[in-house]
Amino acid sequence: MFKNNNIVAYLFLIPACSILGAFVLYPMLHAFFTSLTDYNMITESHFVGMDNYRQLIDDPFFWDALINSFLYMICVVPVLVIAPIFLALLVNQPLPGIKIIRALFYLPVITSLVVTGLIWKWVYEEKGILNYLLISLGITDTPVAFLTDPTNALFSVMAVTIWTGMGYYMVIYLAGLQSIPRDLYEAAEVNGVSKWQQTLHITIPLLKPSIAIVSVMSSIAAMKVFEEVYVMTQGGPLDATKTLVYFIYQSAFEEFEMGYASAAGVILFLFTLCLSLINLLILRKK
Amino acid sequence: MMKASTTAIVLRYVALLFITLLTVGPFLWLLSTSLKSGSENIFQYPPVLLPEMPTLDNFTRVLDSQPFALYLKNSLVVALLSVSANLIFASLAAYPLARMEFKGKNIIFIIILSSMMIPFQLLMIPVYNIAIGLGLQNSYLGLVLPHACTAFGIFLMRQAFMGIPNALEESALIEGLNRLQIWWYVLLPLVKPSLAALAIFSFIAVWGDFLWPLIILDDPNYYTLPLGVNRLANTFSMDWRLVAAGAVFSIIPIFMVFIFSQKYFIEGAVKGAVKG
Repeated sequence: MFKNNNIVAYLFLIPACSILGAFVLYPMLHAFFTSLTDYNMITESHFVGMDNYRQLIDDPFFWDALINSFLYMICVVPVLVIAPIFLALLVNQPLPGIKIIRALFYLPVITSLVVTGLIWKWVYEEKGILNYLLISLGITDTPVAFLTDPTNALFSVMAVTIWTGMGYYMVIYLAGLQSIPRDLYEAAEVNGVSKWQQTLHITIPLLKPSIAIVSVMSSIAAMKVFEEVYVMTQGGPLDATKTLVYFIYQSAFEEFEMGYASAAGVILFLFTLCLSLINLLILRKK
Repeated sequence: MMKASTTAIVLRYVALLFITLLTVGPFLWLLSTSLKSGSENIFQYPPVLLPEMPTLDNFTRVLDSQPFALYLKNSLVVALLSVSANLIFASLAAYPLARMEFKGKNIIFIIILSSMMIPFQLLMIPVYNIAIGLGLQNSYLGLVLPHACTAFGIFLMRQAFMGIPNALEESALIEGLNRLQIWWYVLLPLVKPSLAALAIFSFIAVWGDFLWPLIILDDPNYYTLPLGVNRLANTFSMDWRLVAAGAVFSIIPIFMVFIFSQKYFIEGAVKGAVKG
């Protein structure tokens, strides 16, 4: 059509590309480089090679954070992959009032994590409402120290992440459910296949792409958990809830060990990159 | 479909009611706490959901002790600037990527796509240093710039533009419109649903963002609502009535937006699912 197409195209691209360049691509290269230095914002920075990475391997706090993050992933992801399927099946019925209920289920998704964290800190109080409910239902005799006992704290924080994520993944499954052709169910119905069998043999297999996407998304999100921890426990008690991102945050912005924190950031990046690549492979297949 | 039996319907409603309680319960408890007067024991056993004498005292006390109106204004300014920048830059960049042939098209698109995989938690250290270097600490621009354009937005708008038939654009070219005019007058009106979905999607992200403002701000005059609520919680950690009031104050705006644009929230979430 036009000969000057190249220039026109670049003009359209310039604003977006300069922002992405300045705030994503250049910083990424810079982060890799910083991870090889002892930059700390105060003294002059030196190139130290792989020292930061070696130091990380010897740092028990880093290992604690890494293990906490993996534990987080292992516990949170299965729940966030499976439970929202049932939730989506439940709200995918033409019941009166279902639209309002769906909207209510979505409220935790739009609430900022700081507020969510505070709400749950209040619910988790030793003399709080959750302990009252548990005691009056006879589930426990003494109040549970949800956030102050090192054995409970990580799981209590995980529960909040799950509470927040349910509605979001429900919506993704809902979209998946609605793309399944109706006539499959009608045919099953004619052949006398029970509702439960239909779910098992039609719905779940056809939902596989959504299941795959949710698995990867929730895994990446679990690796990046920060706000819940910051608001509810500050990584404590006794570092029991210190996750990888919390470790990076502390090293960088409390101890100002920017080089060291960048090295930990690069390791986070490698993990999320693996997860993204799996995602890409799945989407390619689809 | 077959008609479900009455018991099945009742069971479904019981399950729905249980999950609704689990989801909405904590919000109601927060609201109830924020409305309880200072003389009412908020730790009483058994807990009381309905305040004995509902009062807005806690809200006035929060507004007196902390500039929550300012936090609200900051949040609105940052969200509006970020969302508009995102819409404009993403749809500008998406146009040539979707509908023009030019040198380097594929490589540019691949670079944009792969930038989605880089976690902000890795970038925050260099971005912090860049922002400090540019003098952007404690400024709206500093809060907005890292949100001003997302690769996801470009991807979403490209998909939307690709669905528009060529004939429309060709006839506009024949009529003598230039590319920018075509973008504005012909293409953008046709992708309004995608623009709305992107607007909502980026609005939620910016509105709830905590980590970036936490790093880049140390002047409370630029605090957005999440930071304000966090500050409130640190100041009055013992008084849950006030913390609850501040939290309620900060959720009201986004809940209002949600009520009026529900459809697009859901669409945004579904489209966001390809992001990963």
